[in-house]
Amino acid sequence: MVLTAFPLIAGAARGPVLRLQRPLSFWGGVDPRTGTITDPTSDGHGRCLAGHVVALAATRGSSSSSSVLLELIVAGKAPAALLLAETDAILAVGSLVARELDRPIVPILRLSAADQARLVSGREVAVSADGIIAPV
Amino acid sequence: MPEPAGALRLTDDERAVLDGRDGAARRRAMRIVADSARLLGADRLVPIASAHVDGCLYHGDGGVLFAEMLVDEGGRVAVPTTLNVGALDLLHHGHVRLSAHEAAMAQRMARAYEALGCRPSWTCAPYQAGHRPRLGQHVAWGESNAIVFCNSVLGARTARYGDFLDICCALAGRAPNTGLHRDAARHATVTVDTRALRPELIADEAFYPVLGAWLGRELGESVPAIVGLPADVTEDRLKALGAAAASTGSVGLFHVVGRTPEAPDLATAGGGDEPASRITITPAMLRGARSTLSTRTLAEGDPIDAVAIGSPHLSLAEIRSALALFGGRRTRVPFYACTGRHVIDALSDEREALRAAGVDLIADTCVVVTPILPPAGGVVMTNSGKFAHYMKPNTGRDVVFGTLADCVESAVAGRLVRDEHAWS
Repeated sequence: MVLTAFPLIAGAARGPVLRLQRPLSFWGGVDPRTGTITDPTSDGHGRCLAGHVVALAATRGSSSSSSVLLELIVAGKAPAALLLAETDAILAVGSLVARELDRPIVPILRLSAADQARLVSGREVAVSADGIIAPV
Repeated sequence: MPEPAGALRLTDDERAVLDGRDGAARRRAMRIVADSARLLGADRLVPIASAHVDGCLYHGDGGVLFAEMLVDEGGRVAVPTTLNVGALDLLHHGHVRLSAHEAAMAQRMARAYEALGCRPSWTCAPYQAGHRPRLGQHVAWGESNAIVFCNSVLGARTARYGDFLDICCALAGRAPNTGLHRDAARHATVTVDTRALRPELIADEAFYPVLGAWLGRELGESVPAIVGLPADVTEDRLKALGAAAASTGSVGLFHVVGRTPEAPDLATAGGGDEPASRITITPAMLRGARSTLSTRTLAEGDPIDAVAIGSPHLSLAEIRSALALFGGRRTRVPFYACTGRHVIDALSDEREALRAAGVDLIADTCVVVTPILPPAGGVVMTNSGKFAHYMKPNTGRDVVFGTLADCVESAVAGRLVRDEHAWS
């Protein structure tokens, strides 16, 4: 199964899928030092984002989520890539600022919730700079 | 590579900034603004009248390095810019328990943002600290409660800016022409009808954060037009509604028909036609939303460990209301009242009265963004939908929700005291 996503911040990545169906705010929901999901209402509560291709059916809440993504990148605990159902500049800016600081960017791609549902948590996938998501 | 149709078009002036005419910091800021505009699908940038920056809160060293890079490159804001809360109470030392490293980095961050020319307002309620853009003006604001207040109550136009994009817009003097900057996105998409509710419930202070929590959970990013609220509902109540809606969900704009500036009537709020869908709010919906604002079920008389109010930062009127409710009595548990310097500076007799009541005034920051609460766990009571939402994930403490009067009565008793009659 190969999916085509729209790159918001283009880049190549690979890692196991972590699919989250409930809305997640990175600020207040993810520990910026460890990448662990701390929001008790998240279906990924207690899981770690680091190194995963994280599929988010919905984001919500705070405008500080860009900071949390930048700090995850600086701490080496960032997701390998983010797949978002909707365009979200708040998370994308965290990745753009990492680029300005000469840190690795986190690729961010738009992928509909219906397509996200075809991904299986734990399955390794590769994401290409032009948005192709394929099993490894 | 040819640009696709509908691609971002920059003015000659904006291109010159990208080429470095105004220095390295403004170039970097314009690059981030332009890249954000492209990924949002914006056709152009809009000049902005002001900015409110949320990126000044210390989350880790990356944000400090970015701000200091902009300072080192000679960055200066291009428009009047206020600062949201930081991680430190710069007026009262001893409240905040950060590690030495974190405190030093938070200080560096504060100095960097001030060096960029931002006004050291350090408040999440800038709209009550003199920063009030006019109806229809384009601005770039961060902090979800400030964004929703700016759009809804002031009628100025801001999209939901995340950390860093806020300061970049301030330096560039431009914002992407997307989202709530555009007329069509400001039209109400759903009517939220409260007219079936008893007036007694709508008069209850807790109704506003609870309705906000319901809107946030159920509507996501939809734009509601609320009907049935009193035409003289206070800004403090709309502030509480918006803060709850913007933290439990992604609401960036709500209209209150007959009260907010873009909603003289339902059809105008809807952009010419009444919104296509309509939801009638029932007491059961609100009871459900209210229950989500407490993370532990307490019975009347169970002990509480602390009270925290002031998210968004308290206005002077809210501090006076709390003092009137204390009526000369004193709290038995730690009681934190978070506010901004604009209010601290305006206090007179209230200062001594707060001390006598045992209330700790917290300035420049608040109890869910930095460690202030006593290290032991326990239950914190609040009247804020936003504190209720972030208390457990950010501080590990359970939270129980009530009105300001409930909070004061419980603080004086050291035990949960709630007047439930409006909710029964």
